[in-house]
Amino acid sequence: MTVVASNLVWGVRRKTILSDVSLSVAPGETLGLIGPNGSGKSSLLRLLAGLKRPLSGRALIHGQDIATVPRRKLAQQVAFVQQNAATDTNVSVRDVVRLGRTPHRSALSGWSAADEAAVSGALASVGMAGHAAQAWQTLSGGERQRVHIARALAQAPRVMFLDEPTNHLDIQHQIEILRLVRDLDLTSIVALHDLNLAAMFCDRILVLQAGRVVACGNPSDVLTEDLLRRVFRVEAEVSLSADPARPHIRFRAG
Amino acid sequence: MTRSDDAGGGAGWLALFLTLALVVLVFAVALATAIGDYRIGLGTVFLAVTNGLGLTGAEIPPIEESIVWDLRLSRALVAALAGAGLALCGAILQALLRNALAEPFVLGVSAGASTGAVCVIVLGIGAGGLSLSMGAFAGAFAAFALVALLSNGATSGPNHTILAGVAASQLFNALTSYIVTTSGNAQQARDVMFWLLGSFGGVRWPDVSLLVLVVALSLAICLWMARSLDAFTFGDEDAAALGVPVARIRLILFGVTALLTATIVSMVGAIGFVGLVVPHAARYVVGPMHMRLLPACAAVGAVFMVLADIVSRVIVAQQTVPIGVVTALVGVPFFAIILYRSRPKT
Repeated sequence: MTVVASNLVWGVRRKTILSDVSLSVAPGETLGLIGPNGSGKSSLLRLLAGLKRPLSGRALIHGQDIATVPRRKLAQQVAFVQQNAATDTNVSVRDVVRLGRTPHRSALSGWSAADEAAVSGALASVGMAGHAAQAWQTLSGGERQRVHIARALAQAPRVMFLDEPTNHLDIQHQIEILRLVRDLDLTSIVALHDLNLAAMFCDRILVLQAGRVVACGNPSDVLTEDLLRRVFRVEAEVSLSADPARPHIRFRAG
Repeated sequence: MTRSDDAGGGAGWLALFLTLALVVLVFAVALATAIGDYRIGLGTVFLAVTNGLGLTGAEIPPIEESIVWDLRLSRALVAALAGAGLALCGAILQALLRNALAEPFVLGVSAGASTGAVCVIVLGIGAGGLSLSMGAFAGAFAAFALVALLSNGATSGPNHTILAGVAASQLFNALTSYIVTTSGNAQQARDVMFWLLGSFGGVRWPDVSLLVLVVALSLAICLWMARSLDAFTFGDEDAAALGVPVARIRLILFGVTALLTATIVSMVGAIGFVGLVVPHAARYVVGPMHMRLLPACAAVGAVFMVLADIVSRVIVAQQTVPIGVVTALVGVPFFAIILYRSRPKT
């Protein structure tokens, strides 16, 4: 499914957080969202997922304005993985992943074979099948993140939004999760901090600075030494020698 | 132990638990009906009940029949229903506010209801039998409105809402004390204090009918929304991402909680800690998912309150200790355990 945003504006009180953001993501594409802290990545994801209403502008999924789609209908197609999800409730890993089936179940319907298959499949694809009975509270930060991605997968979405899904993960799991997201047959928009990971796994990269889109395109076109200096205020060397489509960034200690 | 599963073997465990709780409840109600200053044998209790239901016409002393049917049975049933209702309120509020300490008492709803009722008792605002309940109703909703206002519709985070509740409790308790001390005579003040701590004395069959209706309706609505409540595990935004119409669910369930609390408080006074203790105990047995937790809470709450009522009547000879005293004596140590166990681990 396509994800399109046209002229999104959002802010709280008098502070504008996003101004005039437009983007378009093709079906199956993985778009990386990068930008410094406070540039509006999380807010943009929330507007696109329909969790916040834009002050003006529209977000469309599969050509439909999400403001007109009922909450539950939307959740059957769109999953959102927030960063650092937390709870005090003593739930098991399986309980958490089962929550992903919420939009597909009516108030009193039983637990179907399809629900069970979705949950086991999701747990297996993030490598947490062996932990199904474990208490959420006893998981490490990285395991929690993987369980939340499993929950989003159990939702069987066509579009997935992930807010810094590789936070807390060791390098092996960072790469595994992003490979999983890339290979999934769905449209995904991922906010990322690690620019090299963004370059490795995203089809295209969108750069936000102070709530505005400053660049959008292929990793090799976007991640230039000049842009890194302007937007992130770092000196870096961008090398295209290993793979001309996937730039490698080496930061200078200065 | 099977838990956290609303399919397969989990459902069997829940059914077993609920059946067991129901058997214990029937036994507790029978006990509550037999025990008192005037002791009545369980056989007589049974006959008096079947007589009352019109199933038998057994010859038993009219005084005993009247005590069982007119006084003690209605009282025991109101206790059971109030316990079920308050436990349900606690479970709902704990889920919506994502705070282990949430319950009507902590959120000031009970205090508001008390103020409303005291306005009626002492100041004589409005007159007639219904007006005490209406006063408690108005007070409960006023407290809810205040908490909602202070916490931006209870959306400004779990701790913020609890703090707003504490503020509301303090305000309404102060108002109640002010009204009682400035306007009431000594006897009135004593009556009010006794009522504030909760009492099942004076409840009759019409109270039972009303409570059955309100508790059954509330339980049905809450069960209908049990799946949505589960989705609040990781917060409001997460629930929204799972397709739950968050604002609507909150509005309806806060409304149900206010209605239930107001009805109960207007009938039997402000009984604390049941709403806090029971959901935690029930969660320990059937797990945190609400399709299982809510019926379990209702069952455990009912049993707990009937037993507490028995204790309140027998602990001091010839005298009834206010029910709120008994529930608090059990509730406070439990509260302490929750605090102790949820302390930050270093």
